[in-house]
Amino acid sequence: MEETITSTRPVASAKPTLVFALAFTSGFSIMAVELLGGRILAPYFGSSIYVWGSIITVFMVALSLGYLIGGRLSLHRPSFGRYSLFYALSALALLPIVLFGEAIMAAVFLKVTDPRYGSLLAATALFLLPTILLGMIAPYSVRLLVQHQQHSGQVAGFLYFISTLGSALGTLATSFYLVLWFEVDTIMLTLVAMLLLGALAAFAGHLRFKRVLS
Amino acid sequence: MKLLPLLLSAFAASTSAKTVHQERSLYQNISVVEQNGRRCLVFAAVRGDQNQTCQYLDHSQKLVFPYVRMVLAGLLVNPEPQKILMVGLGGGSVPTVLRRLYPDASIDIVEIDPAVEKVAKTYFGFEEDPKMQVKVSDARVFIKRAQLQKAQYDLVILDAFNGDYIPEHLMTQEFLQETRTLLGKSGVLVANTFSTSKLYDHESATYRQVFGPFFNFKMENTQNRVVIATAAPLPSEATLQQRAAALAERLAPFGVAIEEYPPALSTATDWDTGARILTDQYSPANLLQRQE
Repeated sequence: MEETITSTRPVASAKPTLVFALAFTSGFSIMAVELLGGRILAPYFGSSIYVWGSIITVFMVALSLGYLIGGRLSLHRPSFGRYSLFYALSALALLPIVLFGEAIMAAVFLKVTDPRYGSLLAATALFLLPTILLGMIAPYSVRLLVQHQQHSGQVAGFLYFISTLGSALGTLATSFYLVLWFEVDTIMLTLVAMLLLGALAAFAGHLRFKRVLS
Repeated sequence: MKLLPLLLSAFAASTSAKTVHQERSLYQNISVVEQNGRRCLVFAAVRGDQNQTCQYLDHSQKLVFPYVRMVLAGLLVNPEPQKILMVGLGGGSVPTVLRRLYPDASIDIVEIDPAVEKVAKTYFGFEEDPKMQVKVSDARVFIKRAQLQKAQYDLVILDAFNGDYIPEHLMTQEFLQETRTLLGKSGVLVANTFSTSKLYDHESATYRQVFGPFFNFKMENTQNRVVIATAAPLPSEATLQQRAAALAERLAPFGVAIEEYPPALSTATDWDTGARILTDQYSPANLLQRQE
């Protein structure tokens, strides 16, 4: 008895730390990408209020779908392995923005003359998938940490706190400093790298906490 | 004896600023203010110097502000423009002058804010005609479409920046390249823009990159400068002076002393040539403008 307690203690505190750090990273990335979205669409669709309307709409729809899917997936054998996959996939899903963004926006620009629907379509093509994947992380994080039903609200609350704080910092850092120092693509690729690191960290967690979860 | 009543009336006028109209549009706070015998369009009156356009109340055709008059220096490069594109309507004083100067020219005006169009029509006597129409659109979108349709302009006037907020996508290398393709062999781009802060270096370097040498036109006591750029080589000072002499009489009613302009059109590089070029990837114009 004595032995099992001392051996699970470091695991018990390392696990939430890892999940909180990862939730912070995903919160940061979501808002950084959203702000860069305005930059990316402006050359084709301008920076009028409806361009921001399109971007925010797409992000809200994507996040709501992500929450739904992530919550659903957390029902069946939740694991850090799958959690790690969300990070890897969302990182990969951001790459087309850098690689094919111009081509996609040029094609939409040619087909759709109304910049309202043009920006909505382009924002959907570029940001829907990565943001759905990033949205899946939040409910899944809750599931990884909740041990007892009575603590579920507290765990969820603290996770929202951390990930929304990440979002705030992602917004501030991007709009105040990052765009002053770096190109849009550089920032985007850094976010990709950050999420891939997150995937690695989650995978390390998978190897370490495998037994605890089952 | 004649001076005294004039002074008195000027004093009386300066004490009473009358706000004729005020509204909050999607993009800015707009007010129309009457003071000192003139009516002014004011955007976002946080600071005192945001007058966008002013008009004399006595129906004089004279342009009130030096930077508005300076825009007409573009006519020295192309004295008979027939296709004109104006980005940023303001009170409509420039298009109104251009219409009087060139009754047959086709003038496309792009303005992002529908409220500005209404105010220009209601309070500044701006009128559209079959060949002078306002299109409510983002200028970047309009120019990209114009490029697709292979449109060509003899004169493009870029007057979309007010002091509070700069549309950053209208200052990049890519935007200037797109605009450059709209200029035919004899087309000229005239941009009313900034002369202070770090942005000056970045913006100048960007224009240089796209157009090569351009005319940098500054006059005393203004915070603005006017960039005059062409796809073709720039005319010589002798040519500018000839054209100024030919235009002088036509421009005099608007208070534009065009003959004073040619010597002030400089091609000298007076900016930090190492400044990073503004691109669609890197365009923090509003942040750079706050750096001295």
